[in-house]
Amino acid sequence: MNQPLLEATDVEVIFPVAGRGDWPWTPPRKLRAVSGVSVTVNEGETLGIVGESGSGKSTLARAIIGTVKASDGRILWKGDDLIGMTPETRRAHAKDFQMVFQDPLAALNPRMTVGQIIAEPLTTHFPNTPKGEVREKVQEIMEKVGLLPNLVNRYPHEFSGGQCQRIGIARALILRPKLLICDEPVSALDVSVQAQVINLLKDIQQEFRLAIIFIAHDLSVVRHVSDRIAVMYLGRLVEEGPGKELISDPWHPYTKALIASVPVPDPEVERGRHRAALPGELPSPLAPPSGCVFRTRCPVARDSCTEIVPERRKEGTRMIACPFAPEEVPIGN
Amino acid sequence: MTLLTVTDLSVSFATNDGTVNAVNNLSFQMGAGDTLAIVGESGSGKSQTAFAIMGLLARNGSATGSVNFDGTEILNLSDSAMNKIRAREIAMIFQDPMTSLNPYMKVSHQMIEVLELHMGMSHREGLTEAIRMLDAVRIPDAANRIGNYPHEFSGGMRQRIMIAMALLCRPRLLIADEPTTALDVTVQDQIMTLLADIQEEFGSAMILITHDLGIVAGACDQTVVMYGGRIMEAGPTAELFATPGHPYTTGLISAIPRLDGDDEVLPTIPGEPPNMLGLPPGCPFNPRCALAREVCTQTMPAAEISGNRLRACHASLEEVA
Repeated sequence: MNQPLLEATDVEVIFPVAGRGDWPWTPPRKLRAVSGVSVTVNEGETLGIVGESGSGKSTLARAIIGTVKASDGRILWKGDDLIGMTPETRRAHAKDFQMVFQDPLAALNPRMTVGQIIAEPLTTHFPNTPKGEVREKVQEIMEKVGLLPNLVNRYPHEFSGGQCQRIGIARALILRPKLLICDEPVSALDVSVQAQVINLLKDIQQEFRLAIIFIAHDLSVVRHVSDRIAVMYLGRLVEEGPGKELISDPWHPYTKALIASVPVPDPEVERGRHRAALPGELPSPLAPPSGCVFRTRCPVARDSCTEIVPERRKEGTRMIACPFAPEEVPIGN
Repeated sequence: MTLLTVTDLSVSFATNDGTVNAVNNLSFQMGAGDTLAIVGESGSGKSQTAFAIMGLLARNGSATGSVNFDGTEILNLSDSAMNKIRAREIAMIFQDPMTSLNPYMKVSHQMIEVLELHMGMSHREGLTEAIRMLDAVRIPDAANRIGNYPHEFSGGMRQRIMIAMALLCRPRLLIADEPTTALDVTVQDQIMTLLADIQEEFGSAMILITHDLGIVAGACDQTVVMYGGRIMEAGPTAELFATPGHPYTTGLISAIPRLDGDDEVLPTIPGEPPNMLGLPPGCPFNPRCALAREVCTQTMPAAEISGNRLRACHASLEEVA
């Protein structure tokens, strides 16, 4: 089998936080934002990461791209460990993975023209590129993402949200990366535009054989774009597997509840629906529950769940971190 | 019995770049206890409709037409007259609970203030009532938590507080402007369940303003679809979803990826949501419409009513289907 493009093993991200009323010399408490998460991404594949806010999905992405430091674990890029790398070597690799952000307008510098924004990665990594070539590449990529090349001298505020997101995608693509990390790329967009951007991402992926890590809270969007889906809860990976299969036949009680919460745009389905599937809210990551972190909201939690941290088990192409068989979980059926 | 009748409501704003017509000739009706959804993308005028009804338009905005609430004309009432109606008769739940709650005031103060002002309760009575209402929206340990500040609550809890505040005077009409947009799906599910329960318990009518057709499907009996400040289509939710009568509605429904669907490529509506400063002549949807023809770029189609459905489109029903 081919070597995976990206292989993250037991990644941990810990943020030090000062508590209220702490003295300046009190050692900071540790907030474990990502805890023991392992994911792999193969070339040309889309990995979707879903979870509620506070589940650590964005932090994981940031750890991969290097804007926050992973405190433990390994992140291998084609076999080289990104965490232990010197900044110089890391920069050489940085061309290969790029990021698309959630708020399309906030991610663009309002004082730069679209052309400058899109060219910036190129002029940063290859400062000696002749101007003509930069211009050519910018135009080419603008056409690829569906922007008229004659808009190159406009400023971000002159564009709508959907167009700004296209600019963000063009900027991420100009270095021809191998991996694109999209953090909630469509959640700020209107439904009609959201569909356009999703289709654009899928087209680009095929053309460039891109791998994509697609982070979103909208399960239906994630299912639509992803080959594999990883479900996170309170910094842990609770389930992972092939996208369509995981959604149609979820195993983990959290995944089941998450899927059951998604409204279906069909009055007939909606009317005959269950009541709120998942009670309560995400516990504080500063004081996560003992044992299984999901047990406080889990409908099938037993005494043993308070003590034993559930082990990840692999079954075929799927991974689940729950000791119970899927049939024992009565949600969403 | 009709509770709210909106007739030919238009809202416009005077800006430096010219007049923006945010809402044009909007008419709808709802009875006591009804649920109505106003669906549309950004710039469709759905929120401005709510603000006009509540008398909360920005200073450069003006509204014409008529809004009749239970026999009284309430559009453009003076602030003092409107204050008697706000909260007591019509209450509103806003999109972002953190910016709508006063961060400097304890939740108890914000809630008791409403009761003292509108219902003439004493502080003590107000506190009891406020706690009862927080209980009703399922805030655990309400008696203790009512003394907290808004930032001490999570997003979902804040939205519950907003709902409790809106319900304090038992209004007959509740306007919820994107009540769950800022929340996680699981919490959204909880809030929508809560709103349905509350509605049953208090018997209030509800206008739900949203862009999410999934929520509409579960929560509302009637749906109004708006685009570019105009009604495109209206009717009973079930029928509207089953047989959409407007190309925009059709496009909107098919552009949503579904958990139970299997389209490889999502059908899209081409183009961008309209720029309200430069709306095209004729039907505002014509630049993005697959069925657009010459007449669409010249005149706005008249609303055509058949039975309980309304549609505004030059194309015939057969062409849309």
